[in-house]
Amino acid sequence: MINSLKRSIPSLKSVFTVAVAAFAFSQAAIVNAAPATAEVNTTGLAVTDDTVTVGILHSITGTMAISETGSTQAEKLAIKQINESGGVLGRQIKYIQEDGASDWPTFAEKSRKLLVKDKVAAVMGCWTSASRKAALPVFEQYNGMLFYPTFYEGLEQSPNVVYTGQEATQQIIASIDWVVKTKGVKTFYLLGSDYIWPRTSMKIARKHIAKLGLKVVGEEYYPLGHTQFNSVINKVKLKKPDVIFAAVVGGSNVAFYKQVKAAGIDWRKEKPLMLTISVTEDEVLGIGGENLVGAYSSMKYFQSLTNGNNETFVKAFKEMWGEDSVIGDVTQAAYLGPWIWKYAVEKAGSFDIDKLKLALPGIELTTAPEGYVKVHPNHHLWSKARIGLAREDGQFDVVFESEGLIEPDPFPKGYQ
Amino acid sequence: MFDGYTASELMAIFAMQGFAGLILFSVLVLMALGLAIIFGQMGVINMAHGEFMILGAYVTYLTSIFFENYLPGLSSIYFFVAIVLAFIAAASLGAFVEWALIRRLYKRPLDTLLATWGLSLILQQTYRSVFGGREKGVSLPDWMMGSIPVTDIIEIPINGIIVMVLTLIITLAVYFVMQRSQWGAKVRAVVQNRPMAAAVGINTSIVDRMTFALGCGIAGIAGSAFTMIGSTGPTSGQLYIVDTFMVVVFGGAANLMGTIASAFTISQAQTILEFFMSGSIAKVLTLGMVVGILMLRPQGLFVLKIRR
Repeated sequence: MINSLKRSIPSLKSVFTVAVAAFAFSQAAIVNAAPATAEVNTTGLAVTDDTVTVGILHSITGTMAISETGSTQAEKLAIKQINESGGVLGRQIKYIQEDGASDWPTFAEKSRKLLVKDKVAAVMGCWTSASRKAALPVFEQYNGMLFYPTFYEGLEQSPNVVYTGQEATQQIIASIDWVVKTKGVKTFYLLGSDYIWPRTSMKIARKHIAKLGLKVVGEEYYPLGHTQFNSVINKVKLKKPDVIFAAVVGGSNVAFYKQVKAAGIDWRKEKPLMLTISVTEDEVLGIGGENLVGAYSSMKYFQSLTNGNNETFVKAFKEMWGEDSVIGDVTQAAYLGPWIWKYAVEKAGSFDIDKLKLALPGIELTTAPEGYVKVHPNHHLWSKARIGLAREDGQFDVVFESEGLIEPDPFPKGYQ
Repeated sequence: MFDGYTASELMAIFAMQGFAGLILFSVLVLMALGLAIIFGQMGVINMAHGEFMILGAYVTYLTSIFFENYLPGLSSIYFFVAIVLAFIAAASLGAFVEWALIRRLYKRPLDTLLATWGLSLILQQTYRSVFGGREKGVSLPDWMMGSIPVTDIIEIPINGIIVMVLTLIITLAVYFVMQRSQWGAKVRAVVQNRPMAAAVGINTSIVDRMTFALGCGIAGIAGSAFTMIGSTGPTSGQLYIVDTFMVVVFGGAANLMGTIASAFTISQAQTILEFFMSGSIAKVLTLGMVVGILMLRPQGLFVLKIRR
């Protein structure tokens, strides 16, 4: 080293030495700025002096890969942005990604692996209610923290889960109120796939419609994967409801809208209206914008939202994942997970799960693409309800936004 | 439930419901024909049938994109080109699969079930890697969308008519190939008595390969047609496989007439039940009926009479 310093031109070796020194210095600076690991991590989580490890657990293979890919992408974007802004408690986030493979027991098994073997500080994951129900006992047993992005049926509340999507009442009650008030509808036809989420959602819808003194003229559930909807379309034509309230999912969703269009029903006409709680920008890709145009979708987020947060978010998302990416409601909710975790950890001053649980209620996010959100003591988010009108290009025009934030109420009284 | 409706409204809705039944009938026949050939004539349980259908759907998707970009003037007729290409693609893949996999398993019929199930998983993941996990929207030419309004309530979906016409053509074609052509006679000879057929100079392995390819090719056509009424994604084939097997088994595996009769029975039962009760219950009752009849007639509706 002394030799190299004597030379007039710096050699590679000396440049390297300086770089190492600079790196060591910067590392020292970070460590100095960050609190000591022993203080912030008393339960043996995967936290070092300069890193913290979290898990990402979604389906990359199998049926659900279609839907869960967007969530994975959003979570990776959030982690990257948090790291660029200095990390969490001065530590860079590393992630371990596991594949739930669209198989519910696999979600439980991978959760156990992430919590027991990898000791991750938090998990961003699960998508269907079935996968969450499978993983929940594992998170409660090993005291982990799950950030769950999907809008779901409610009737659940765990200190080990943060629900960043809407629960059923937030999505349903506001949208029914809206369609009754602005469109003057009197009769409803309820239609869903046959499993827990549509059934619970329709129950809430039915009770709310009854409270308003209006009428349900038909209610139907079809098996998951059903592809022939001509009978139900005929029934709709006979009963002439003012609005169809739909929660059909997956391949059935695509078949339903294509066949409705072929049967001569146009959602742009006054009657019947279509109000759905199961179509985001992601689903429109398969359905085709021309088959959906004129339908109303109830979500808390649409890609077309014009606030500054969202414009930045959409731009960053497309930069990372390609210009053609579409962003649906759940993708945005998945993006909130890592941020809420970061702010909660920093408020708690610790990665410990028990301290995190205490810190979570009241955490605010002013930078959320959907606007301002806040964590409720029941671990769901205060958020706005929105209605989007489907356009031919697969995007939505936001035609309604609830005035204030709607309180999450996973166990609604009078609706069970 | 019919209070408050006029007689003409009810007439119209029954007419529409009858039409819905016919559409479902055509869809079931189209799904099941390819499988009936493979399962009925060769005894191979092809669990990858749905994936061959989806190959046809993806070929249709690619054809629509090609026409949009390079031959926009002809895009209103791209669908007919797509159907032919879907048949060729699925039949070629079928011939390859028979050569690589199925022909080694003719003596172990149950193992074909496992092998083709594995094949279906491989194909699903291949579609996912090539086309991405998300569903594709196949855009149809304008004339194929919408409906022909007859009265206020009676509106005949154009894609339903197309599916019906296509089914009719394919069924007739299969009938002539199997019953009237020399090649069909060879296929039937191989099915009835393989050693004798070989002894009179029929190349049974070529016949097997062509039969399997034909069945797969028809699956490809079905997949192509179903882009009009269903979804196109890596796992969409799974939506059809159960119904397809139900139709074929219920009809009596070795008889094409049986497949048609069974598709008719199931489709009519299902549409009538769906009209009077919820979709899930209708499906349960239909399946219950199928199970009941199969308990009484384990060989299915129609049986090929041959001396064993």
